[in-house]
Amino acid sequence: MKIKLPIYLDNSATTKIDPRVLAKMLPYLTDDFGNPASRSHSFGWTAEAAVENARQQVADTVGCDSKEIIWTSGATESINLALKGAAEFYQEKGKHLITVKTEHKATLDTMRELERIGFEVTYLSPETNGLIDIAKFAAAIRPDTIIASVMFVNNEIGVIQDISAIGQLCREKGIIFHVDAAQAIGKVDFSLSDLNVDLMSFSAHKAYGPKGIGALYVRRKPRVRLLPLIHGGGHERGFRSGTLPAHQIVGMGEAFAIAKAEMALELPKLKYLQNKLLTGLQAIPEIYVNGDLEHRVPQNLNVSFNFVEGESLMMAIKDIAVSSGSACTSASLEPSYVLRAIGRNDELAHSSIRFSIGRFNTEEEIDYTIKLLQEKVAKLRELSPLWEMFQDGIDVENFQWDSHDTQRDVILH
Amino acid sequence: MSYSNKVIDHYENPRNVGALDKNDPHVGTGMVGAPSCGDVMKLQIKVGDNGVIEDAKFKTYGCGSAIASSSLVTEWLKGKSLDEAKTIKNSQIADELELPPVKIHCSVLAEDAIKAAIADYQAKHGK
Ligand SMILES: Cc1ncc(COP(=O)(O)O)c(C=O)c1O
Repeated sequence: MKIKLPIYLDNSATTKIDPRVLAKMLPYLTDDFGNPASRSHSFGWTAEAAVENARQQVADTVGCDSKEIIWTSGATESINLALKGAAEFYQEKGKHLITVKTEHKATLDTMRELERIGFEVTYLSPETNGLIDIAKFAAAIRPDTIIASVMFVNNEIGVIQDISAIGQLCREKGIIFHVDAAQAIGKVDFSLSDLNVDLMSFSAHKAYGPKGIGALYVRRKPRVRLLPLIHGGGHERGFRSGTLPAHQIVGMGEAFAIAKAEMALELPKLKYLQNKLLTGLQAIPEIYVNGDLEHRVPQNLNVSFNFVEGESLMMAIKDIAVSSGSACTSASLEPSYVLRAIGRNDELAHSSIRFSIGRFNTEEEIDYTIKLLQEKVAKLRELSPLWEMFQDGIDVENFQWDSHDTQRDVILH
Repeated sequence: MSYSNKVIDHYENPRNVGALDKNDPHVGTGMVGAPSCGDVMKLQIKVGDNGVIEDAKFKTYGCGSAIASSSLVTEWLKGKSLDEAKTIKNSQIADELELPPVKIHCSVLAEDAIKAAIADYQAKHGK
């Protein structure tokens, strides 16, 4: 089979919509275009029935009651609503929140905003494997802690946090617990009925559904209260006003239903491809896997290639679509804050590649990727003075580099 | 990041990659930059008894523009006297490779590498 290039290995950024999902959505863009809030005719009733069916599909996938699901525009909005909505409601009880340095920006920036308006936030450092030490989490709890927010699966390094243990601790202490589960659907087998989680954020486009739609789980027993962010017609029981995009919602419901139904088959396949990729890359010397390998989703592999520079590596592997921890590929100058938070130095953070495997990847594509990386890393190392120094037994990291001023020179004799 | 065709050509087919014996009295070695800044260039020149650069080699850790800048200067250096080599300016490198503003530092580093290699050679000869 001929491989189509570039190969998409960036399924943590977003996924291709599953054709089965698209097929379910299309009628709601054409004949069944009604507003789910229209109560006076069949166009509205049809759309409303589809929305409620999708709500049930999402609830069944995550193990909650359909009344606990609120539609939003995506995980970013869900996280904003959860954190700002709960912080405002419970601010009489306390002003302190806890989160982790490796959270998605949707959480970190929302926390910054809460700090700006007078809340206090503790940003926990994870261990070098990316996981939270429960004892350190417990130690961060204060009498005035009202909310904790921890992601289920990290988007960069794929590690899975122990949501069960953290949730239990939060429940004992009466702390509202929010979980960003954007990367968990179809990858982690969980049910909200087994977890002490009060709020959970979801996104459709990370699970083969459409972009622009997400949901927030809001626990009813014990009841969690929120103040809304978006005011208007009182949709979604007042939590989130705005006409519901029935086609998007239908897509999210179907995507989640497929994720649940096929997870038992899909996870072993992803695991097989992940293992294959890992073994192939481990044939290259001086590579470092970022994040714990055991407590990790099978779709993610994040690897740093020592002694090659990130941007030139990305340039060399244009045939595969991946993400890099290198600053050069994004608007910011800092390399990945997630890799920094787990203690990687700048060079290793810059030369990291996140491979995220998905439903539509094939074994041939993984073989191609392995071969490409083996060749290109070898080629770039041939070019690399750091690799030469390493081979000569020089300690590159502790070498006296003239790092501030490129006008002055370091001369090797 | 979009690169000029010249950068891509040097990146894909780098000229004069390699190393010269740094203990050879005819060889001058310059190494500039730092890994934490994202670029390290090692440039070596071999100077004949007549003061003309006979050979030049490089190794670069850095982005495509850094690799191209160092590859280009190894081509330019060959056949030049040391005094001529010292006149190579980063702006010439940047112009030739059509470097965007965010990549000008790569050409600066290449100019620094030339100066460092010459300084090393001259130090060996007591100048
Ligand atoms: C862990 C995590 N949280 C939140 C988001 C934001 O999701 P959305 O694109 O649905 O707003 C993402 C996706 O970028 C993510 O990976």
